[in-house]
This record gives sequence, C-alpha cells and structure tokens, in this order.
Amino acid sequence: MLIGSLVTLLAAMCADPTLAAESDSANILRVLTLQDYNTRVVLFGTLLLGVTAGLVGTFTLLRRQALVGDVVSHAALPGVAVAFLAGELVSPGSGRSLGWLLAGAALSGTLAVVAVSLLRRFTPVRPDAALATVLGVFFGLGAALFKTVQELPSGNQAGLQTMILGSAATMTAGDVSLIATAAAVTLLVTLFLFKELSILCFDEQTAAAQGWPVLLLDLCLTGLVVAVTVIGLQSVGILMVALLITPPSAARFWTDRLGPMAVLSVVIGGLSAVAGCFVSATVPKLAGGPTIVLAGSLCFAISLLFGTERGLLRKWLRQRRNTHRIGRDDLIRAMFEIVESRLAGSGDPSSKNLSTVAVQTDELLAKRRWSRQRLQSLIVRAERDAIIRMDSDSGWRFTRDGARTARENVRNHRLWELYLITHAQIPPSHVDRDADFSEHGLDPQVVEELELLLAQKAAVGDVPPSPHPVEGGSSE
Amino acid sequence: MSDDPAFAPLTPIEPSNGHDSSGAADSSAPPPSALGPEEHPASCPLSIHDMTVAYHRKPVLWGVDYNAPPGKLIAIVGPNGAGKSTLIKAVLNLVPKISGEATFFGEPYRKQRGRVGYVPQRSSVDWDFPVNALDVVTMGLYRKIGWFRPVTKKWRQQAMKALVRVGMQDFARRQISQLSGGQQQRVFLARALAQDADFYLMDEPFAGVDAATERAIVDVLRDLRSSGRTAMVVHHDLQTVPEYFDEVLLLNLRLIASGPVSEVFTPENLRATYGGKLALLDQVGHRMTLSGEK
Repeated sequence: MLIGSLVTLLAAMCADPTLAAESDSANILRVLTLQDYNTRVVLFGTLLLGVTAGLVGTFTLLRRQALVGDVVSHAALPGVAVAFLAGELVSPGSGRSLGWLLAGAALSGTLAVVAVSLLRRFTPVRPDAALATVLGVFFGLGAALFKTVQELPSGNQAGLQTMILGSAATMTAGDVSLIATAAAVTLLVTLFLFKELSILCFDEQTAAAQGWPVLLLDLCLTGLVVAVTVIGLQSVGILMVALLITPPSAARFWTDRLGPMAVLSVVIGGLSAVAGCFVSATVPKLAGGPTIVLAGSLCFAISLLFGTERGLLRKWLRQRRNTHRIGRDDLIRAMFEIVESRLAGSGDPSSKNLSTVAVQTDELLAKRRWSRQRLQSLIVRAERDAIIRMDSDSGWRFTRDGARTARENVRNHRLWELYLITHAQIPPSHVDRDADFSEHGLDPQVVEELELLLAQKAAVGDVPPSPHPVEGGSSE
Repeated sequence: MSDDPAFAPLTPIEPSNGHDSSGAADSSAPPPSALGPEEHPASCPLSIHDMTVAYHRKPVLWGVDYNAPPGKLIAIVGPNGAGKSTLIKAVLNLVPKISGEATFFGEPYRKQRGRVGYVPQRSSVDWDFPVNALDVVTMGLYRKIGWFRPVTKKWRQQAMKALVRVGMQDFARRQISQLSGGQQQRVFLARALAQDADFYLMDEPFAGVDAATERAIVDVLRDLRSSGRTAMVVHHDLQTVPEYFDEVLLLNLRLIASGPVSEVFTPENLRATYGGKLALLDQVGHRMTLSGEK
C-alpha cells in the first residue's frame, strides 16, 4: 500500500508543473535564489511549520507524550479519506479542498487521542499498548479507505497520497496561507501558555495545588499537538512526529534550561524544514516529508555527538579527565606513602625532603593493585605534568611542585578518611576504598572544614599520619 | 580519636539538647487544641471535618476530624500506607474526597490558595527537567504572576530571596539534577516559601536529606512559627517529633490521636498507631521519659 502510494505520488510529482518537476541546474539556482513565487510561498509555509513544531514539541517531549504525535498523524488518515469521500458525495470536486481534508484529519486525530486516554483510564491496558493499538486500528482503517478513494474516478488526482509521505512542493499558495495561519495561531497560543505549560510538565501536582486548570492545560497541549500534526500532514506526512520530537530532543543536548531549549528547538525545527524543502525541491523525485525528517535527524545526530551540555563527546571527555585525575591522585599517594615511610626516621616530610627520595617503579607496582601498563601510563602522564621526574639512577622523585601537590593531596585524603572513621562510623578496614570512592566528589567546603579540624589536631600545613595502617611494603 | 572534641563542629546533626528543645514538648502554655471551626473559622488554618478518601473503592482515610491550631508546627505521623500523603492531597483537592470537607481559614481551598503553600514529595517530579534551582522556586510565584504574563526580573529577585532563606543562593543557577537530594528538598521548600503563605503543608521534607538540610528545614519551620504561621509536616523520624514539633497527628487510616506533643505523643498512642513495632516504640518511650524528666 505504502509503496503503491509512493509510486503514485512520484508520478504525480513528475506530472506536476511545480519545482520538483525540473532538474536542471538553472532550476536549482532558481529555487535557491527564491526567484519562484511558489518556492517562496512553500518555503515560508514549511518554515513556519518547523518553527511551530519545534516549540510545541518541546512541551510534548517534556510531558513525556512523544508518541502522541505519532498516533495523531497516523490516525489522521482515515479522517482525510472520510472527509474526501463525504465531500465528493455532497458535491463532486469539493472533497479536495485542503481545509476540509485537514478538518477531517483533526477530527479523527482527536478521536484517537481520546481513545488512548480512555483506554488508559478505564482499562488495565498499559500506556504503550494503548498507543500502539489505537495507532494500528486508525492507520489500518485509513489505509483501507485510501484504497477506496483511489478507485474513485476523481480519487487519483486528489493528491491524498501526499498525506502519507508529504510533499511540500504540491502546496498551492492557498494551501500555504491556510497552513501558515493555523501554524501562527498555534505558535502564539504556545508562547502565551509558556509558563503555564512548563509548570504542567514539571510538576503537575503543584500546578493543580496552585489552582491551574491542569486538565484544561493538558487538553490544550494535546490540541496543539493535533493542530501541528494536522497542518504538517501535507508537507511532511505521517512522519510529522519526527519534526515534533526530533528538534527538542536535539536541543536538549545543548542546554539545561527550558527557555534556551525551546529557542534552539525552534531554530532546529525551522532549519530542518527549510533544508528538507530545498533538497526535495532541487533533487527530482524526492518527497518533501522524508527529506525534512532526515534533515532533522542530521541535526539530532550532530547534537547527540557534540552537544555542549549532554553530548557524547563531552561526556566522554569528562569521564576521561576524571579517570586521569583519579589515576594521578592514586599514583601521587602511593609514591608519597613510600617516601613517607623512608623518611619516617629522618625528621619531618617537608616538601624539600619529599623530593630527596627516589622510588623505583617496582615499588610503586607493589603498592597498589594496578597493572604495569596502567602504572606506566600514569607515570608518563605525571612526568609530563612535572609532578615527578626521573633521577640519574632511574628512580622517580617528586619535583618541588609535585611534592607540594602530593602533600596537599594526601592531606585531604587522610582528613577524609579520618572523617569517615570518626564521624561516619565506617570501620578503618573499609576506609581506604570508600575514601577513594567518595573523596573525588568531595565538596570543597567539606575539605575546608576538615582542614580547620586539622589545624586543631596538628601544626598547620602538616600531613597527619594515616588513620589506618598503610598497606603495601611500608606498613612497619 | 573519635572522642576528640576537635571534631565536634563536623558532627552531623547536633541534637541541640542544650537550648532549643523547650520550644516543643514542654512548651509552658499548651495551645487550646479544640478550636472549633464554627467558633473561630477564620483563625483556624485548616479544619477537616469527617473526611473520607478512597482509591478505587478501597478507603485509605476514614472520617478524619481535625482542627489545626494556628502558629504551631504540626507533625503528621503514622506507618507507611497510613494515608499521610493522602490526607494532604485530599485537603488540597488533589485527590477526590468521598465525604467530608476541609476548610482553610474558614473557607474552601479554592478561595484560600494564596495563603496555603504545598511542598510535595521530592520523588513526585522528574529532576532531569531542564530548569535550574531558581526557575523551580520561581514556579512558586506563577499564580501570583497570573495567566499569560511572562516571568520578569522582579519575580526572579523575589524567588532569590526564598532561596537565600534555605541557604541555597549559591546554587541558584545549577541544573536541578546536579543538586543533592537534600538540596533538591530545600529548593522545593524555597518554592513554597516564595509564595509567602500563612499555612504550609509539607510531604516528607525530611526524607533522605543530609544533616545540613535537616537543620536548614528546622530553622525555616521555626522561623515560620515565630512569624505566626502554621506548618503541617508529614514526618517519619519519631525520635525528633518532640524536638521539632508542637502538635502531632497520629494517623493510621483513621485519626488515632491529635493534640500537643506532650499530651498525645505517648507510647500507648504510638502503639495504637504502629501496631507491634516495639523496638521503635521503646526508643521513643525512652526519649519521652528523658524529655519528661527535664
């Protein structure tokens, strides 16, 4: 059915004297430079659609109703078919009017959403099953009805097939003005309700307790989704949910705040709509809907990888930095403990003294459970950071700066261990591992408090003794 | 080492036995606990009359009658599933009542919303939501801002003051998922404080919070009381009830007892509320004896 309609659609597009039909480079230039009135009109309509979808989608996503748009777009099909048939029945030829078709789409889309919420509320059917069932029933009905429409003499030219895969190119100026008006209204309503919808999405209970009409707002949001989906049917088709959900999902990777997220989502939505439209207009036989969706998906992929707030790259970098820091601290501590035990007899371990003792790699290896390879890479890194240096007899020594870092580091670590033992009642035998685990997320404020404590325990600047026996070769 | 007095400042919650426990249990003049809504309707922050609530035919609260005395800190105590949260939600019309009614300052809730602040359970929202601490607190002002109007700088400054009251001003711009549990709880409290209500309903504000947060919340509660406001708090830690609260509601599907902590918070009443969990009760009994001796 789908492939069949795709073929019909492509045939229709080739026959259509609009932008998609021609393919020579002069035409591409004409499209890109917006010389065509029709191109301008279509682009404007699609842009407005993408912008509206991006804004409404932000709230749909945050309300965890991403799939509602999907249900609406699929469920719109039987509405379109029935509206066409009814129109033809009343006066042949009138069924093709876009307004009439979209009204049918809105009606059946709304019916489907109502059916979903009734199923959820009054039956033990799970939410996902309710969505899938309703989507299946409505789409199946739509597919069957479309077959009937196609068999009508007037049905083939009705262009109903564009409702499945979308074709921005087949929009007329009249269609666009209808779509643009509806999109503008939807956009304005969402903007006006920005604050109200955000509290609804974040904390429904508090919204209700404050006296906001939660049910009405929820209905409003659903209505906005239905509106966006329906007006997007002709240019994007049943994949409209992608234009609704992909832009805000992409935007979330770049920001942690609702306002910027909505703005970014709007930009991404508008951009994908326009980009997809251009591509479909310049490349022959390419439907508009899929190209718009693919453009959005590209934005999503880029955001997923490079998003500055939650992108994978950033996450990976952060993790790597953390691993390095923990490894470095471990190395510093291991080395400090060895040096400390050597200096035990000979006075205080001041920074100067610390750098007089050379430590062999094998000593460090015995100190902790780390592989030689791991230790080697830690050493290389520490040497590069000028924390340790190799002396003439191939032993490792702290540099002056390294010694200072080491004292500070060990001090904090031991203070934390002390805290765990004395205040959190963690047995000393467990402390070292726990200390390792928690100290790296230690609040600087806590460190400060602990330092204050130390001031009362020992002379300022001194490293306190380890509160538990130090493991490895140095615990004499 | 553990007894070293040098570590005292770090001790988590320092039970302030020394100075402040007098505020609660052994308050010299216990308030008139039976304050009829008929006699003083407007002064009674919350008056519940014969309220019954059911979820799917199963009653979770039976015929609760209670009049909250003004200017007091009131604990709602009871075992899990006793209907504590339900009581709060029912008076706020968040869940339907089967029978009975609740009035705030003598009027139905919808007429007194502005004077009632609500702190829901922390787990009731998605903390991954793209807002920062200040944004959440500002939400407490949305009703005052009104329909369609944008949030302006003036409102954000007001919200900031509420954040300061819970000691969270340094975290205003932090995304809420990056706050600790206790900090999130303080943000929720600040949101209700921003509303500047006369009566606060709080659902387990002390659940799973750190020592600093517990102290901050207690300070805020005492602050509210000293400015003549009332707070009703679902509370789990029986040990701290006498220290933190003036009044207590013992709840287990029905109201077991209510009134000043010193009169009502007795081992017998607790046994009636909790059934056979004796270990817990012995602790409380011990604590009550201690506070009685003082």
